[in-house]
Amino acid sequence: MTLTLDPSKTPPKGAVAKAKPRGGALDPFFEAVCFACATLLLAAIGWVLLSLVAGAWPAMQKFGVGFLFTKSWNPVTEVYGAAGPVVGTLITSVLALIIALPIAFGVAVFLVEFCPAILRRPIGTAVELLAGIPSIVYGMWGLFVLAPWFALHVQVPLLLMAQPGSLLEKLTSGIPNGANILTASIILAIMILPFTAAVLRDLMLTVPAQVRESAYGLGSSTMEVIMKVSLPSISRSAVGAVMLGLGRALGETMAVTFIIGNSHAFPKNLFDSGSTIASTIANEFNEATTQMHTASLIYLGLVLFLITFTVLAAARALLGAQKTV
Amino acid sequence: MKSQKNLGLIARRKFGNILFVGFCWITAAVALACLALILYGLLKNGVGGMRLDIFTKDTPAAGSVGGLRNAILGSIMLCGLAMIFAVFVGVMAGTWLAEYAGTSLYGKAVRFINDILLSSPSILVGLAIYELLVAPFHGFSGLAGSVALALLATPVIVRTTEDVLKLQPAALRESGVALGSPLASTIRRILWRSGRTGILTGCLLAFSRISGESAPLLFTAFNNQFFSWNMTKPIASLPSVIFQDGLTAFDDLRALAWAAALLIAAAVLTVNIVARTLARESRQS
Repeated sequence: MTLTLDPSKTPPKGAVAKAKPRGGALDPFFEAVCFACATLLLAAIGWVLLSLVAGAWPAMQKFGVGFLFTKSWNPVTEVYGAAGPVVGTLITSVLALIIALPIAFGVAVFLVEFCPAILRRPIGTAVELLAGIPSIVYGMWGLFVLAPWFALHVQVPLLLMAQPGSLLEKLTSGIPNGANILTASIILAIMILPFTAAVLRDLMLTVPAQVRESAYGLGSSTMEVIMKVSLPSISRSAVGAVMLGLGRALGETMAVTFIIGNSHAFPKNLFDSGSTIASTIANEFNEATTQMHTASLIYLGLVLFLITFTVLAAARALLGAQKTV
Repeated sequence: MKSQKNLGLIARRKFGNILFVGFCWITAAVALACLALILYGLLKNGVGGMRLDIFTKDTPAAGSVGGLRNAILGSIMLCGLAMIFAVFVGVMAGTWLAEYAGTSLYGKAVRFINDILLSSPSILVGLAIYELLVAPFHGFSGLAGSVALALLATPVIVRTTEDVLKLQPAALRESGVALGSPLASTIRRILWRSGRTGILTGCLLAFSRISGESAPLLFTAFNNQFFSWNMTKPIASLPSVIFQDGLTAFDDLRALAWAAALLIAAAVLTVNIVARTLARESRQS
């Protein structure tokens, strides 16, 4: 059967144009709005950078790159140097990572390999919930629960043990109030632990079951399967995950502000109070009266931006397309 | 001789494995103990401050009786306004990334920047908003605080929206096209609708992230001792009350800060659990 066109039944001229789908005119408009919103994100980060540079400009002109290496931070004499806060930021973050990483790795392996099936979801959820607790709550807990305990059960006994003039005395000197670099690192470690553990677990789940089972089939023990088969196959992404955790620790503000002791002096040891870039800004920004003080604080912020941007960009490049929220 | 060597090797491997398994169990226990300790500390210190006054009185000066009414209202208003911005921009931008961007360089750039924003330090967002919305107008405002929070919530929503839309089967898009509907209608009526649980989950997670944020509020919304609906003036929020009162030497203010911390943690954990339950249900169906 052939289809013939009956001239009397062809639609009247213009009907096709009229039958354009409803809302068709909205199409380009909708796309434009979507595009504008996406562009807004680019604009936002560009503008964060711009405003930091603009705000920091007076300090950048006055102190230059030497800002990074100057140890004093003195609002009275108007001499500002970032060495103390920068070193504090790096030490606390790296120390937090050193504490958190083995634990996060153990938790991830536990959840993937050993956890009884009934407990897998509750424990996984509990670990993820730990990540959801606001940082200021960690700060309260750190200051009022962890710090006194730490002072009483760790710092004071160590101080009493230390002979005057000995190495131990140098390492543990400081006011035994629990507000120091080490406790700040412990709090940071607790904060980045769940996030790192969750990402590592998700990465381990991407190792194909056949690969792991064939390793078991060759007689490997669990440890050998994980260390020699699973881990090498995800190592690149795992490094990315770790750096993502580091990025979070670097920029963490409130929890650290509560517990680090907020001293600008260059920290002498781990039991000394110190400061990080973020805690310095949080403490002083609203109290800064002179323009140079404000500009120096924003300069500090710019330094933090550059450090975290580098770390996060590297993390993303290593993680590739791996999903992480 | 050889077999003895082998036996030694096997024993060593077995021993190593036992150590490894034990290590994993211990670390899991440590992680759970941390959660338990924090929740216990929070409950022990916070429950004492939980009285009806919390909801009916404003933040007090030291020594007088007070509550958190202004801070609770402030937090709700700040987060609510921020979420209105963030949901709109986030869903639209996520839609653009999933449906229009394709593999274009610009799309990749936006995706990358979004990932950076997702974990960038919140205090820097506060500083930037201070430069834009506080310094030029010579005053802290709730509006500036909301914009700062919105900037933190948006990346989360962009990310989940994009992921959810990309998970929708191509057949759904084709069926829309086959019906002759324009792409915009296909997205709105079909893709958004089938992915709404996922998008809602993203919004809830974003909400739970910003509701505990204090660093960006310090320089934007600041704090306010009194009850206020005015978003163009400084406004109180629960996190800033914790920061201000938690660090004082007065026991009653500290108790109030603990109560505020408990309130926030409870709210955040509840929202988180709801979001996770929703996500699980949508995956099962």
